[in-house]
Amino acid sequence: MGMIVQGATGDWEVVIGLEIHAQVTSKAKLFSGASAEFGAVPNSQVSFVDAAMPGMLPVINEMAVEQAVRTGLGLNAQINKFSVFDRKNYFYADLPQGYQISQFLQPIVGEGKITIDLKGGESCEIGITRLHLEQDAGKSQHDQHPSKTFVDLNRSGVALMEIVSEPDMRSPEEAAAYVKKIRSIVRYLGTCDGNMEEGSMRADVNVSVRKPGDELGTRCEMKNINSLRFIQQAIIYEANRQVDIIEAGGTVAQETRLYDPVKGETRSMRSKEEAHDYRYFPDPDLLPLQFDDEFIENIRATLPELPDDKKARFVNELGLSDYDAGVLVTEREVADYFEAVATGRDAKLAANWVIGELFGNLNRTGKNLADSPVSANALGELIDLITDGTISNRIAKEVFEEMFDSGGAAADIVEEKGLKQVSDTGAIEAAIDAVIAANPDKVEEYRGGKDKLFGFFMGQVMKATQGKANPGVVTEILKPKLDV
Amino acid sequence: MTDLTKLTISAALDGMAAGDFSARELTAAHITAMEAANVLNAFITKTPEIAVEAATASDSRRAKGETRKIDGIPLAIKDLFCTKDVLTTAASHILDGFVPKYESTVSSNLWASGAVMLGKTNLDEFAMGSSNETSYYGEVINPWRREGSDSPLVPGGSSGGSASAVASFSAMAAIGTDTGGSIRQPASFTGIVGMKPTYGRCSRWGVVAFASSLDQAGPMTRTVRDAAIMLEAMAGFDPKDSTSVDMPVPDFEAALSGDIRGLKVGIPAEYRLDGMSPEVQALWDQGIDWMKAAGAEIIDISLPHTKYALPAYYIIAPAEASSNLARYDGVRFGLRVEGDDLDDMYARTRAEGFGAEVQRRLLIGTYALSAGYYDAYYLKAQKVRSRIADDFKQAYQKVDVILTPTAPSPAFGFGEKGDDPLAMYLNDVFTGPASLAGLPGISVPAGLSSDGLPLGLQLLGKPFDEETVFRAAGVLENAAAFTATPNDWWRG
Repeated sequence: MGMIVQGATGDWEVVIGLEIHAQVTSKAKLFSGASAEFGAVPNSQVSFVDAAMPGMLPVINEMAVEQAVRTGLGLNAQINKFSVFDRKNYFYADLPQGYQISQFLQPIVGEGKITIDLKGGESCEIGITRLHLEQDAGKSQHDQHPSKTFVDLNRSGVALMEIVSEPDMRSPEEAAAYVKKIRSIVRYLGTCDGNMEEGSMRADVNVSVRKPGDELGTRCEMKNINSLRFIQQAIIYEANRQVDIIEAGGTVAQETRLYDPVKGETRSMRSKEEAHDYRYFPDPDLLPLQFDDEFIENIRATLPELPDDKKARFVNELGLSDYDAGVLVTEREVADYFEAVATGRDAKLAANWVIGELFGNLNRTGKNLADSPVSANALGELIDLITDGTISNRIAKEVFEEMFDSGGAAADIVEEKGLKQVSDTGAIEAAIDAVIAANPDKVEEYRGGKDKLFGFFMGQVMKATQGKANPGVVTEILKPKLDV
Repeated sequence: MTDLTKLTISAALDGMAAGDFSARELTAAHITAMEAANVLNAFITKTPEIAVEAATASDSRRAKGETRKIDGIPLAIKDLFCTKDVLTTAASHILDGFVPKYESTVSSNLWASGAVMLGKTNLDEFAMGSSNETSYYGEVINPWRREGSDSPLVPGGSSGGSASAVASFSAMAAIGTDTGGSIRQPASFTGIVGMKPTYGRCSRWGVVAFASSLDQAGPMTRTVRDAAIMLEAMAGFDPKDSTSVDMPVPDFEAALSGDIRGLKVGIPAEYRLDGMSPEVQALWDQGIDWMKAAGAEIIDISLPHTKYALPAYYIIAPAEASSNLARYDGVRFGLRVEGDDLDDMYARTRAEGFGAEVQRRLLIGTYALSAGYYDAYYLKAQKVRSRIADDFKQAYQKVDVILTPTAPSPAFGFGEKGDDPLAMYLNDVFTGPASLAGLPGISVPAGLSSDGLPLGLQLLGKPFDEETVFRAAGVLENAAAFTATPNDWWRG
């Protein structure tokens, strides 16, 4: 399944590792009580600590620690009961302290692994190297004034989790599937909203190429990419660039690069020689972070069912296909919606309706599930009308469209439009008799062995009843009449 | 009427309680003394209006029977403590015009106990120095002079302004900070008491940081009892400082029983330096005799890693400083020198804003943390630091307190060590090790040098056992009966 770059000298394999920066869902920042909400007026959510005023000291936000542990558990990772905050020193106008408080040698979460889902129902495991807590910087705005840069410190000090993967991915699709899976997990856990557009999730992408079976090649890191599409485009561009360099006799320089989505290319930000010497050392303002097993177990006890477990349950207990189950569990809201529809009903039927009609209409209208005019309860009622024979599947689709447009209840629409399925044998028999009487030639041909004409008669009867005849009842009465 | 500035805190509290004088009178006397001592340059900012207002409030509390612990006591505050709406400089050009919108926890605690602020005292820039020669606001002058000499002497550092203010009777007491000796050494140089409590006893919140793992606030007073009273008012757990310790603050004054019979006093062999001034050695021997005479048991101990303490200190403190001072970048407050671009602005601002000694330490610290040097310098220094802490732990299995000199010499003249940073750094030789170990220490004035300058002896204690340190210091103070004061030449 890996991506292969076909070079002049043969095939090249692409090796990808990701560092995902996920903003911790928390009211306050990592080391101050200021609000961490997105979108406020610039510099309105800045405490003295966030602005690095003289003499100010960081105090750890326990909520952020819990969220990191919760995420670690969701990544099946080792939780380190002892971890250390370090200072990463560099100068920039939107970094008030002149250092970022991060975790370097002893992160709060160690090795873990997750399973990613690929096309065709395949899946594979991706190793997690570590997860650590760190502060975000502020934001420099270069476009507000012709010669000045404005600095917004609202983000300064906001808690981030950096989730580092092993170099286990081999294609842009795998990288995208990995990001999707991480996003799915953190959203299930409620530890990050996963919103890439608002920047609460973004990725640094490391790419290298090698001949299959060779040692790892020199990697380049592309910083701060905030969409799945750009991540994939950047990988493809970068892999080809590296192959071209090597095949032309050059060597890939280890460096930090920037992906430009407008030009669709990556370009050098700084070389290894220009790389900052961050002078990491343990932050003397903070004690090492320590907690006990009970702290971890209390968090474990509140973990929700995660996508992989949910998927397995949908397949094993509800009889869904792997594909359907996979689609339904990606977003917790979707899974919850589906389960509400499926409870006490035929799960496969419920899955078909959610994935087919509901998703179709949502896509068509560009709506999110949260804005769906049809609630899980309403969809369930519609399915009940199918199951109890009140309407046929075909009519139900019509009813659904109406529900989606008007927000009305299924039963009301069926009643109002007189769409109730006819199971009255007398009325159906009369319609059948009329169809038989009107088509003596076809009857003759059928009886002469042309079985396929049964469908023709079914269609004529349904047409005569405006589709409301119960197809089972029609078959039941029609067959003996034709087979005489 | 007696000169109110000559009173101790405890006597002044008694006097006000007895109605002999008011807080306003006490404060007025100190404001006058402070103004008369301008030549000492002990203050960067004087706040007489704030002082009078606070003293008036104190008097009205007393009238209502709502008197607080140190109500009406006029104090000087080292200008490293952030004070709300009052210029705070750290004696650095780079903090030009910086007026905090917040009050440090330690000074808040003092105001909550009724104290009165006279002003902000001068110091070595960012508390980096042992002589007060590195202040952007000029040198502080020691009220003491050598007998028969008019040449000015340094007050020690970095809390030199606080020391000079207390020694010149401009303030009843002052607060300082001690990173490697910055309270104890100037106390020794000016004939006053200086106490550095255990690391974590006083909150660092709102104190301009020099070296976070070492900085600790403490009192500078004229008596041990006053130091005990002051520390009790300053100390306490602060949830805003993760390194402050959640322990109750004892009644330190009550610890001054005057009885040290059976107390085990350690004398570290490694503190007998080659070439140490014979006067300092003699005073130390005298101190041992005093403790013995008071019933203490003298025990020879070894602190084998002592000689590595200064090198380790001069790696760790600059390393932390190089990071702590990164926030002075010209972007948000203080000095900004415009440049061609952001990097140029940083370079110009910091080149102009920081003095030579601060720049020297930032360079040392940056180097020590650099890739490829971290293990050899910073990490090694941290290992030495643990060894030094272990040395003390071992020693405290056998003894209750340790007696040493505070500084290797009495106060020296300006420029005497200016060209040789290593000679200057030697001032911390007796104070630095306890700072690295986070231990409490006090300097008590114990005698005069042959040319009439004060000399201090240092007592070190176990972590959070300031009570025993105060008790031993009280006995030492009594035995030494140090009553000398500088002649008040500065009043002109």
